[in-house]
Amino acid sequence: MKLRCMKNTLLRFLTAGVLFGTLISSPAANITVKGSDTLVILAQKWAELYMAAHPGTKIQVTGGGSGVGFAALQNRATDLANASRSIKADEVAECIKSFGKRPSEYKVALDGLSVYVNAESPLKELTMEQLAMIFTGKIKNWKSVGGPDAPITVYSRENSSGTYEFFKEHVLGGKDFVSRAQTMPGTAALLQAVSKDKNGIGYGGAAYGAGAKALAIKKSDDSPAISANEETVVGGTYPIWRYLFVYVNPAVDKGEVSAYLNWMRSDAGQAVVKDIGYYPLPKPFRSDSK
Amino acid sequence: MTSGTTHPLENADPWAGIRRGQQRRPVEWLVERAIHAISLSAIVGVFLIFIFVAREALPIVLGRATSASATQVIPLEGLDTRSPAEIQKYLGLTPEQFAALDRDAKVDLMNLKLETAKGASKDRDAAVNTLEWRYLLLPYQWSGYDKPEMIWQPVSSIHKYNIIPLLIGTLKATIVALLFAVPLSLAAAIYVSQLSSPRLKEWLKPGIELLAGIPSVVLGFFGLLIMASFLQEVFGYESRLNAFVAGIALGFAIIPVTFSIAEDALTSVPGSYVHGALALGSTRWQAAWRIVLPAAIPGVFAAVVLGFGRAVGETMVVLMASGNASIVSASLFDSTRTITATIAAELAETVFGEHHYRMLFLLGALLFGVTFLSNLVAESFIHRLKKQLEGKA
Repeated sequence: MKLRCMKNTLLRFLTAGVLFGTLISSPAANITVKGSDTLVILAQKWAELYMAAHPGTKIQVTGGGSGVGFAALQNRATDLANASRSIKADEVAECIKSFGKRPSEYKVALDGLSVYVNAESPLKELTMEQLAMIFTGKIKNWKSVGGPDAPITVYSRENSSGTYEFFKEHVLGGKDFVSRAQTMPGTAALLQAVSKDKNGIGYGGAAYGAGAKALAIKKSDDSPAISANEETVVGGTYPIWRYLFVYVNPAVDKGEVSAYLNWMRSDAGQAVVKDIGYYPLPKPFRSDSK
Repeated sequence: MTSGTTHPLENADPWAGIRRGQQRRPVEWLVERAIHAISLSAIVGVFLIFIFVAREALPIVLGRATSASATQVIPLEGLDTRSPAEIQKYLGLTPEQFAALDRDAKVDLMNLKLETAKGASKDRDAAVNTLEWRYLLLPYQWSGYDKPEMIWQPVSSIHKYNIIPLLIGTLKATIVALLFAVPLSLAAAIYVSQLSSPRLKEWLKPGIELLAGIPSVVLGFFGLLIMASFLQEVFGYESRLNAFVAGIALGFAIIPVTFSIAEDALTSVPGSYVHGALALGSTRWQAAWRIVLPAAIPGVFAAVVLGFGRAVGETMVVLMASGNASIVSASLFDSTRTITATIAAELAETVFGEHHYRMLFLLGALLFGVTFLSNLVAESFIHRLKKQLEGKA
């Protein structure tokens, strides 16, 4: 009888202790990150490193696409929204309707988009104009750009991808991709297709660069051909590059979230960027915190 | 004659035994009701899904939605000069949102409207509502194009929503799938139900039906990586991923459906038909081909129609193996984009309630209609087969 009594009190103490423990050990440092599939690997790596250094913080990273991230930001379903394109006016308007302010934008990394052809292709370089003509379907044969006499197979991404929109805006000047363009569900699938098709051409993040050959790009006919590497992308001489962004509701941008955002943009955070295959921010863009 | 010795049964109700047997016990009654409710809920569920899909697509069907990007803009000063109700409508806010937002936020929203209007007004098609039926179904010469074309380019400065390329794509993949799968599965069904030895049948039937257990994403992956290269080498066509590859991969998904229904239909033909035919001197093959198959033809037809329904609705295989280019072409060796793949690939990125989202739901409703109809037709044919066989037998 006495023993059971003691057991009971012990149990109660234990439960109280566990409850109390969970209460003090989690000061609401739960950060959710959602959005761009391009950024998801980098965001996961950042989260992993940051959590290791700050055991009190829990960071949850999910992909889905830039638009999905913005939708979640509007519904306040996520703290941070990853994006591989800048936010659109409609999406800003939705954010203002939802929380009264424009979301704050942070540039977190650089990405140089590469144009890939099959490894057997004799082609080494293309101009921006040629690229636009190829992807809008004005040029249909490799012969027109100095290749063999063979039809061009254009590979593109699904129109839900941020990469698709970026390429369309910056390379095609907002024109439509040719209807013949085959759309691939991801950069990996696209590269796989290009590496199997000797007449194929496609585009994608530099992070995925294995399996096919990346072309050097000329800004105009008489400018030098430049291939994507850290120097040319960060220096801005390689013509197809973009920022990768994180958006946040200004009301949430404080405490642990703010610290995490700062850390991503610090030297420590930027050190990881290259391992994943993107390019770090130029020094002036970085934050000061360690 | 003593009154106390009547037989117990004489007084009892003569129907008592039967009636007691008929009366359900409470537990049985409960179980029966529960099953009834669950089966009803499935029907209600299908109905609700359809209502949901149709409701999202309704504004387009009724011509109420608009995708025209060039709209009337109110200059910034309008915030003070116009009535609040007007501003609220212009900014697309609910009264609660309008009350909750401060002046800065409203100025911000007005500015955004101006920015968007500035960006859109360049194009001569900016004022076109591309959701009208003629733009959905007929060719139109868009700015920047050389000739009138049917274009599906939903993410564009001018949203082009012509559904004909997608319908053609779906049809092409489905036709290839049926041409590949129906002869194979019918031949297998005839062989298994009529010609094979019972021992072999025990192996063959589950073996073929095992195909149904392959997840469609695995089939799609197989199509994308292995079949595409193999078929290109054999046939030597240009585009590696196309309607043909997708159709063949799709065929693997519908073989178990058509096979197992056709086999059931053939097996349900009474054995006396075959015995009669054999007794009159026909071979087993003649009996199967001339007697059993014609008798089971409604069921076989139902199998084909159900296979068609499955092929039209299958997503993952075509998403991976078809190349997903929305082109209008008759060639089976051109890359193709189906309705299902379009919905799967694009829905995640659309803004809820916006025209692209509604357009995808319209496609969904269309798909639902087609599969529903094909299932209905198949069901009625199976019903007819049963009646026919019972009536004749």
